[in-house]
Amino acid sequence: MNGTPRASQLRVVGCHACGLVCEDTLDGVERGGRVHCPRCGAALHRRRPGSITQAWALLVAALIFYVPANVLPVMYTSLFGRGGDSTIMSGVIGFWRGGSYAIALVIFIASVAVPCVKFLTLGLLLATSRRGSRRARRERAGLYRLIELVGYWSMLDVVVVAVVSALVKFQALSDIEPRIGILFFGLVVILTMLATMRFDPRLIWDGDGE
Amino acid sequence: MKTFSDLIVCEHCDSVYRRQPLPPGAAARCGRCGAILRRAGLDLDRWLALTLAAAIAFVIANVCPVVRISMQGIPNEATLWKSAAALAQGPIACVAVPLALSIIVVPFLQIGLLAWVLAHARAGRRAPGFAPAMRLLVLLRPWSMVEVCLLGILVAVAKLSHLLQVAPGPGLWATAGLMALVTLIANRDVQRLWDLTEPGSNPSGTEA
Repeated sequence: MNGTPRASQLRVVGCHACGLVCEDTLDGVERGGRVHCPRCGAALHRRRPGSITQAWALLVAALIFYVPANVLPVMYTSLFGRGGDSTIMSGVIGFWRGGSYAIALVIFIASVAVPCVKFLTLGLLLATSRRGSRRARRERAGLYRLIELVGYWSMLDVVVVAVVSALVKFQALSDIEPRIGILFFGLVVILTMLATMRFDPRLIWDGDGE
Repeated sequence: MKTFSDLIVCEHCDSVYRRQPLPPGAAARCGRCGAILRRAGLDLDRWLALTLAAAIAFVIANVCPVVRISMQGIPNEATLWKSAAALAQGPIACVAVPLALSIIVVPFLQIGLLAWVLAHARAGRRAPGFAPAMRLLVLLRPWSMVEVCLLGILVAVAKLSHLLQVAPGPGLWATAGLMALVTLIANRDVQRLWDLTEPGSNPSGTEA
Protein backbone atom coordinates (compact mmCIF):
# COMPACT_ATOMS: atom_id res chain seq x y z
CA MET A 1 0.00 0.00 0.00
CA ASN A 2 2.77 2.39 0.93
CA GLY A 3 6.36 2.14 -0.20
CA THR A 4 7.81 4.15 2.67
CA PRO A 5 10.28 1.97 4.58
CA ARG A 6 9.90 1.49 8.30
CA ALA A 7 12.63 1.90 10.87
CA SER A 8 12.97 -1.84 11.51
CA GLN A 9 13.54 -2.52 7.80
CA LEU A 10 16.37 0.01 7.65
CA ARG A 11 17.80 -1.17 10.99
CA VAL A 12 17.46 2.25 12.55
CA VAL A 13 15.62 3.51 15.62
CA GLY A 14 14.33 7.02 16.31
CA CYS A 15 15.03 8.54 19.73
CA HIS A 16 11.80 9.22 21.69
CA ALA A 17 13.20 12.31 23.33
CA CYS A 18 15.15 14.20 20.65
CA GLY A 19 14.11 12.55 17.39
CA LEU A 20 17.64 11.63 16.26
CA VAL A 21 17.72 8.61 13.96
CA CYS A 22 20.29 6.11 15.30
CA GLU A 23 21.63 2.81 14.05
CA ASP A 24 19.69 -0.04 15.69
CA THR A 25 22.19 -1.75 17.99
CA LEU A 26 19.55 -3.12 20.36
CA ASP A 27 19.92 -6.72 19.16
CA GLY A 28 22.79 -7.78 21.41
CA VAL A 29 21.38 -6.01 24.44
CA GLU A 30 20.18 -8.32 27.18
CA ARG A 31 16.93 -7.76 29.00
CA GLY A 32 17.31 -4.85 31.39
CA GLY A 33 20.34 -3.53 29.52
CA ARG A 34 20.12 -0.16 27.82
CA VAL A 35 21.39 1.65 24.79
CA HIS A 36 21.36 5.43 25.06
CA CYS A 37 20.88 8.07 22.40
CA PRO A 38 24.31 9.53 21.63
CA ARG A 39 22.85 13.03 21.34
CA CYS A 40 20.47 13.46 24.29
CA GLY A 41 21.22 10.45 26.49
CA ALA A 42 17.66 9.07 26.63
CA ALA A 43 17.25 5.28 26.48
CA LEU A 44 16.51 4.00 22.97
CA HIS A 45 13.61 1.59 22.39
CA ARG A 46 12.13 0.09 19.27
CA ARG A 47 8.78 0.07 21.07
CA ARG A 48 7.98 1.36 24.52
CA PRO A 49 8.64 -1.64 26.79
CA GLY A 50 5.55 -3.16 28.41
CA SER A 51 3.40 -0.71 26.48
CA ILE A 52 0.16 -2.68 26.16
CA THR A 53 0.20 -4.27 29.63
CA GLN A 54 0.92 -1.00 31.42
CA ALA A 55 -1.61 0.94 29.36
CA TRP A 56 -4.27 -1.68 30.20
CA ALA A 57 -3.43 -1.51 33.90
CA LEU A 58 -3.67 2.28 33.98
CA LEU A 59 -6.86 2.24 31.95
CA VAL A 60 -8.57 -0.27 34.25
CA ALA A 61 -7.49 1.73 37.32
CA ALA A 62 -8.95 4.87 35.75
CA LEU A 63 -12.18 3.05 34.96
CA ILE A 64 -12.49 1.94 38.59
CA PHE A 65 -11.93 5.48 39.91
CA TYR A 66 -14.42 6.84 37.37
CA VAL A 67 -17.28 5.34 39.42
CA PRO A 68 -16.66 7.25 42.68
CA ALA A 69 -15.73 10.34 40.62
CA ASN A 70 -19.29 10.40 39.29
CA VAL A 71 -21.20 9.09 42.29
CA LEU A 72 -19.55 11.07 45.07
CA PRO A 73 -20.06 14.83 45.42
CA VAL A 74 -17.37 17.08 43.96
CA MET A 75 -18.44 20.26 45.66
CA TYR A 76 -20.34 21.49 48.71
CA THR A 77 -22.21 24.75 48.23
CA SER A 78 -23.81 26.76 50.98
CA LEU A 79 -25.38 30.02 49.88
CA PHE A 80 -27.38 32.24 52.25
CA GLY A 81 -27.92 29.39 54.65
CA ARG A 82 -29.01 26.78 52.08
CA GLY A 83 -26.43 24.09 51.61
CA GLY A 84 -25.99 20.98 49.50
CA ASP A 85 -23.58 18.66 47.75
CA SER A 86 -23.32 18.50 44.00
CA THR A 87 -21.90 15.85 41.70
CA ILE A 88 -20.53 16.40 38.20
CA MET A 89 -23.79 15.40 36.52
CA SER A 90 -25.92 17.50 38.87
CA GLY A 91 -23.77 20.48 37.92
CA VAL A 92 -24.41 19.83 34.22
CA ILE A 93 -28.16 19.39 34.84
CA GLY A 94 -28.23 22.59 36.89
CA PHE A 95 -26.79 24.63 34.03
CA TRP A 96 -29.12 22.94 31.53
CA ARG A 97 -32.24 23.67 33.61
CA GLY A 98 -31.06 27.23 34.18
CA GLY A 99 -31.00 27.76 30.43
CA SER A 100 -27.18 27.91 30.08
CA TYR A 101 -27.09 25.23 27.40
CA ALA A 102 -23.67 26.15 26.04
CA ILE A 103 -21.97 25.89 29.45
CA ALA A 104 -23.83 22.69 30.27
CA LEU A 105 -22.55 21.28 27.00
CA VAL A 106 -18.95 22.38 27.62
CA ILE A 107 -18.89 20.72 31.06
CA PHE A 108 -20.63 17.62 29.73
CA ILE A 109 -18.12 17.23 26.91
CA ALA A 110 -15.07 17.84 29.12
CA SER A 111 -16.17 15.77 32.13
CA VAL A 112 -18.32 12.99 30.70
CA ALA A 113 -17.85 12.65 26.95
CA VAL A 114 -14.04 13.02 26.84
CA PRO A 115 -13.31 10.41 29.56
CA CYS A 116 -15.80 7.95 28.03
CA VAL A 117 -14.38 8.43 24.53
CA LYS A 118 -10.91 7.87 25.98
CA PHE A 119 -11.93 4.64 27.71
CA LEU A 120 -13.56 3.25 24.57
CA THR A 121 -10.90 4.41 22.11
CA LEU A 122 -7.93 3.30 24.14
CA GLY A 123 -9.60 -0.03 24.89
CA LEU A 124 -10.21 -0.51 21.17
CA LEU A 125 -6.64 0.46 20.24
CA LEU A 126 -5.17 -1.86 22.87
CA ALA A 127 -7.33 -4.81 21.86
CA THR A 128 -6.74 -4.41 18.12
CA SER A 129 -3.01 -3.81 18.49
CA ARG A 130 -2.54 -6.88 20.61
CA ARG A 131 -4.26 -8.96 17.95
CA GLY A 132 -2.14 -7.30 15.26
CA SER A 133 -5.26 -6.26 13.37
CA ARG A 134 -4.69 -4.67 9.96
CA ARG A 135 -8.11 -3.07 9.63
CA ALA A 136 -8.50 0.72 9.40
CA ARG A 137 -5.03 1.40 10.66
CA ARG A 138 -4.89 4.97 9.42
CA GLU A 139 -8.19 5.69 11.16
CA ARG A 140 -6.96 4.11 14.38
CA ALA A 141 -3.80 6.22 14.18
CA GLY A 142 -6.08 9.25 13.85
CA LEU A 143 -8.08 8.13 16.89
CA TYR A 144 -4.91 7.94 18.92
CA ARG A 145 -3.92 11.47 17.94
CA LEU A 146 -7.44 12.60 18.86
CA ILE A 147 -7.36 11.23 22.40
CA GLU A 148 -3.85 12.60 22.84
CA LEU A 149 -5.18 16.01 21.83
CA VAL A 150 -8.41 16.15 23.86
CA GLY A 151 -7.40 14.05 26.88
CA TYR A 152 -6.35 16.77 29.27
CA TRP A 153 -9.51 18.86 28.82
CA SER A 154 -11.18 16.72 31.49
CA MET A 155 -9.12 18.65 34.03
CA LEU A 156 -11.68 21.42 33.49
CA ASP A 157 -13.90 20.47 36.40
CA VAL A 158 -10.97 20.44 38.82
CA VAL A 159 -10.12 24.01 37.79
CA VAL A 160 -13.75 25.11 38.13
CA VAL A 161 -14.08 23.66 41.63
CA ALA A 162 -10.76 25.23 42.65
CA VAL A 163 -11.62 28.73 41.38
CA VAL A 164 -15.15 28.66 42.78
CA SER A 165 -14.04 27.47 46.21
CA ALA A 166 -11.26 30.08 46.30
CA LEU A 167 -13.77 32.83 45.52
CA VAL A 168 -16.76 32.01 47.68
CA LYS A 169 -15.39 32.19 51.20
CA PHE A 170 -17.69 34.30 53.36
CA GLN A 171 -17.64 32.24 56.55
CA ALA A 172 -21.16 31.82 57.88
CA LEU A 173 -22.82 33.66 55.02
CA SER A 174 -21.78 31.56 52.06
CA ASP A 175 -19.15 28.95 51.41
CA ILE A 176 -18.11 26.56 48.68
CA GLU A 177 -15.79 23.67 49.46
CA PRO A 178 -14.28 20.88 47.36
CA ARG A 179 -15.45 17.35 48.12
CA ILE A 180 -13.84 13.92 47.71
CA GLY A 181 -15.32 13.24 44.24
CA ILE A 182 -13.00 15.81 42.68
CA LEU A 183 -9.99 13.85 43.96
CA PHE A 184 -11.18 10.72 42.15
CA PHE A 185 -11.94 12.77 39.09
CA GLY A 186 -8.45 14.24 39.05
CA LEU A 187 -7.04 10.72 39.38
CA VAL A 188 -9.11 9.53 36.41
CA VAL A 189 -7.72 12.35 34.25
CA ILE A 190 -4.12 11.65 35.26
CA LEU A 191 -4.42 7.87 34.88
CA THR A 192 -6.03 8.10 31.43
CA MET A 193 -3.35 10.55 30.32
CA LEU A 194 -0.63 8.17 31.55
CA ALA A 195 -2.36 5.25 29.81
CA THR A 196 -2.43 7.22 26.54
CA MET A 197 1.28 8.01 26.92
CA ARG A 198 2.19 4.40 27.68
CA PHE A 199 0.45 3.12 24.57
CA ASP A 200 2.87 3.03 21.67
CA PRO A 201 1.01 4.10 18.49
CA ARG A 202 3.63 2.34 16.35
CA LEU A 203 2.10 -0.96 17.51
CA ILE A 204 -0.90 -0.15 15.30
CA TRP A 205 1.36 -0.56 12.26
CA ASP A 206 3.24 -3.66 13.33
CA GLY A 207 2.52 -7.09 11.89
CA ASP A 208 2.76 -5.62 8.41
CA GLY A 209 4.68 -8.57 7.02
CA GLU A 210 8.07 -6.98 7.51
CA MET B 1 26.89 4.10 17.00
CA LYS B 2 26.07 5.59 13.61
CA THR B 3 23.49 8.36 13.47
CA PHE B 4 21.65 9.70 10.44
CA SER B 5 20.94 13.41 10.59
CA ASP B 6 19.46 13.38 7.08
CA LEU B 7 16.70 10.96 8.08
CA ILE B 8 13.54 11.47 10.09
CA VAL B 9 11.39 8.77 11.70
CA CYS B 10 7.66 9.27 12.25
CA GLU B 11 7.17 8.86 15.99
CA HIS B 12 3.65 7.51 15.45
CA CYS B 13 4.33 4.71 12.98
CA ASP B 14 8.12 4.37 12.49
CA SER B 15 8.10 5.31 8.78
CA VAL B 16 11.47 6.63 7.68
CA TYR B 17 11.79 9.70 5.46
CA ARG B 18 14.63 11.74 4.09
CA ARG B 19 14.61 15.29 5.43
CA GLN B 20 13.47 17.86 2.90
CA PRO B 21 13.78 21.61 3.27
CA LEU B 22 10.47 23.07 4.41
CA PRO B 23 9.17 26.45 3.25
CA PRO B 24 8.28 28.82 6.14
CA GLY B 25 4.99 27.97 7.81
CA ALA B 26 4.78 24.56 6.17
CA ALA B 27 4.43 21.19 7.90
CA ALA B 28 5.49 17.76 6.69
CA ARG B 29 2.99 14.96 7.25
CA CYS B 30 3.63 11.25 7.38
CA GLY B 31 2.24 9.51 4.30
CA ARG B 32 1.50 6.30 6.20
CA CYS B 33 -0.30 7.43 9.37
CA GLY B 34 -0.99 11.12 8.74
CA ALA B 35 0.83 12.47 11.82
CA ILE B 36 2.84 15.66 11.53
CA LEU B 37 6.52 14.83 11.04
CA ARG B 38 7.90 18.29 11.60
CA ARG B 39 7.06 21.92 11.09
CA ALA B 40 9.08 24.87 9.89
CA GLY B 41 8.63 26.78 13.13
CA LEU B 42 9.69 30.14 14.46
CA ASP B 43 13.18 31.50 13.98
CA LEU B 44 15.24 31.90 17.14
CA ASP B 45 14.78 35.67 17.52
CA ARG B 46 10.99 35.48 17.39
CA TRP B 47 10.97 32.35 19.50
CA LEU B 48 12.97 34.05 22.27
CA ALA B 49 10.93 37.25 22.02
CA LEU B 50 7.67 35.31 22.42
CA THR B 51 9.18 33.37 25.32
CA LEU B 52 9.99 36.62 27.12
CA ALA B 53 6.46 37.87 26.39
CA ALA B 54 5.14 34.62 27.87
CA ALA B 55 7.27 35.20 30.96
CA ILE B 56 5.69 38.64 31.46
CA ALA B 57 2.17 37.25 30.90
CA PHE B 58 2.97 34.46 33.36
CA VAL B 59 3.97 36.91 36.10
CA ILE B 60 0.83 39.03 35.58
CA ALA B 61 -1.40 35.94 35.47
CA ASN B 62 0.01 34.73 38.77
CA VAL B 63 0.19 38.03 40.65
CA CYS B 64 -3.10 39.64 39.62
CA PRO B 65 -6.52 38.28 40.52
CA VAL B 66 -8.25 36.37 37.72
CA VAL B 67 -11.78 36.87 39.07
CA ARG B 68 -13.31 39.36 41.49
CA ILE B 69 -16.66 38.89 43.21
CA SER B 70 -18.75 40.89 45.57
CA MET B 71 -21.43 39.56 47.88
CA GLN B 72 -23.66 41.98 49.71
CA GLY B 73 -20.91 44.55 49.54
CA ILE B 74 -18.13 42.20 50.73
CA PRO B 75 -15.50 41.82 47.99
CA ASN B 76 -13.29 38.81 47.37
CA GLU B 77 -10.92 37.82 44.62
CA ALA B 78 -9.05 34.73 43.44
CA THR B 79 -5.60 34.34 41.92
CA LEU B 80 -4.31 31.13 40.36
CA TRP B 81 -2.32 30.38 43.51
CA LYS B 82 -5.32 30.96 45.74
CA SER B 83 -7.39 28.62 43.56
CA ALA B 84 -4.86 25.82 43.87
CA ALA B 85 -4.57 26.49 47.60
CA ALA B 86 -8.37 26.31 47.97
CA LEU B 87 -8.18 22.64 46.97
CA ALA B 88 -5.37 22.03 49.43
CA GLN B 89 -7.67 22.11 52.45
CA GLY B 90 -9.21 19.16 54.16
CA PRO B 91 -8.73 15.46 53.48
CA ILE B 92 -8.40 15.75 49.70
CA ALA B 93 -5.47 18.17 49.74
CA CYS B 94 -3.43 16.03 47.35
CA VAL B 95 -5.62 16.97 44.37
CA ALA B 96 -4.16 20.47 44.65
CA VAL B 97 -0.78 19.10 43.58
CA PRO B 98 -1.63 18.11 39.97
CA LEU B 99 -3.62 21.31 39.58
CA ALA B 100 -0.80 23.55 40.81
CA LEU B 101 1.62 21.59 38.61
CA SER B 102 -0.43 21.82 35.44
CA ILE B 103 -1.46 25.47 35.62
CA ILE B 104 1.51 27.05 37.44
CA VAL B 105 4.64 24.93 37.84
CA VAL B 106 4.78 23.27 34.39
CA PRO B 107 4.20 26.52 32.41
CA PHE B 108 6.82 28.20 34.62
CA LEU B 109 9.36 25.46 33.91
CA GLN B 110 8.57 25.49 30.19
CA ILE B 111 9.11 29.24 29.92
CA GLY B 112 12.22 29.20 32.09
CA LEU B 113 13.86 26.27 30.30
CA LEU B 114 13.04 27.66 26.87
CA ALA B 115 14.40 31.10 27.74
CA TRP B 116 17.60 29.42 28.98
CA VAL B 117 18.20 27.23 25.92
CA LEU B 118 17.02 29.85 23.41
CA ALA B 119 19.21 32.62 24.82
CA HIS B 120 22.24 30.36 24.40
CA ALA B 121 21.08 29.06 21.01
CA ARG B 122 20.94 32.63 19.70
CA ALA B 123 24.58 32.97 20.63
CA GLY B 124 25.20 29.86 18.53
CA ARG B 125 25.89 27.36 21.31
CA ARG B 126 24.15 24.76 23.41
CA ALA B 127 23.30 25.93 26.90
CA PRO B 128 24.83 24.17 29.91
CA GLY B 129 22.44 21.34 30.76
CA PHE B 130 20.97 21.47 27.24
CA ALA B 131 20.21 17.73 26.96
CA PRO B 132 18.35 17.39 30.32
CA ALA B 133 16.53 20.67 29.67
CA MET B 134 15.33 19.46 26.28
CA ARG B 135 14.26 16.08 27.60
CA LEU B 136 12.36 17.79 30.41
CA LEU B 137 10.61 20.08 27.90
CA VAL B 138 9.41 17.05 25.93
CA LEU B 139 8.27 15.37 29.16
CA LEU B 140 6.43 18.45 30.46
CA ARG B 141 4.50 19.36 27.33
CA PRO B 142 1.42 17.12 27.83
CA TRP B 143 1.02 18.36 31.41
CA SER B 144 0.82 22.04 30.57
CA MET B 145 -2.84 23.04 30.89
CA VAL B 146 -3.07 26.81 30.57
CA GLU B 147 -5.92 26.57 28.04
CA VAL B 148 -7.93 24.27 30.32
CA CYS B 149 -7.27 26.70 33.15
CA LEU B 150 -8.65 29.62 31.12
CA LEU B 151 -11.82 27.75 30.16
CA GLY B 152 -12.21 26.63 33.80
CA ILE B 153 -12.06 30.21 35.02
CA LEU B 154 -14.68 31.25 32.46
CA VAL B 155 -16.99 28.40 33.50
CA ALA B 156 -16.50 29.36 37.17
CA VAL B 157 -17.46 32.96 36.29
CA ALA B 158 -20.58 31.71 34.51
CA LYS B 159 -21.45 29.46 37.44
CA LEU B 160 -21.32 32.28 39.96
CA SER B 161 -22.75 35.06 37.81
CA HIS B 162 -26.31 33.91 38.63
CA LEU B 163 -25.71 34.32 42.33
CA LEU B 164 -23.20 37.11 42.81
CA GLN B 165 -21.58 40.07 41.16
CA VAL B 166 -18.64 38.69 39.22
CA ALA B 167 -16.00 40.65 37.29
CA PRO B 168 -12.95 39.38 35.40
CA GLY B 169 -9.61 40.56 36.82
CA PRO B 170 -6.44 41.51 34.93
CA GLY B 171 -5.06 38.04 35.61
CA LEU B 172 -7.72 36.60 33.30
CA TRP B 173 -6.49 38.59 30.28
CA ALA B 174 -2.92 37.65 31.12
CA THR B 175 -3.94 33.97 31.30
CA ALA B 176 -5.53 34.28 27.86
CA GLY B 177 -2.33 35.80 26.49
CA LEU B 178 -0.23 33.17 28.23
CA MET B 179 -2.35 30.42 26.68
CA ALA B 180 -1.68 31.71 23.16
CA LEU B 181 2.03 32.25 23.82
CA VAL B 182 2.70 28.88 25.48
CA THR B 183 0.96 27.16 22.56
CA LEU B 184 3.28 28.98 20.17
CA ILE B 185 6.57 28.48 22.00
CA ALA B 186 6.30 25.11 23.75
CA ASN B 187 4.62 22.82 21.22
CA ARG B 188 5.92 19.60 19.73
CA ASP B 189 8.48 21.45 17.66
CA VAL B 190 10.93 22.05 20.53
CA GLN B 191 12.97 19.12 19.20
CA ARG B 192 13.98 21.43 16.36
CA LEU B 193 16.36 23.12 18.78
CA TRP B 194 18.59 20.06 18.58
CA ASP B 195 19.11 20.67 14.88
CA LEU B 196 19.32 24.45 15.22
CA THR B 197 22.13 24.15 17.76
CA GLU B 198 23.98 21.37 15.94
CA PRO B 199 27.66 22.37 15.92
CA GLY B 200 28.39 23.94 12.56
CA SER B 201 24.77 24.77 11.80
CA ASN B 202 23.49 28.17 10.76
CA PRO B 203 22.96 30.07 14.04
CA SER B 204 20.44 32.54 12.61
CA GLY B 205 17.83 29.86 13.13
CA THR B 206 16.54 29.43 9.62
CA GLU B 207 15.56 25.86 8.94
CA ALA B 208 18.29 23.75 7.42
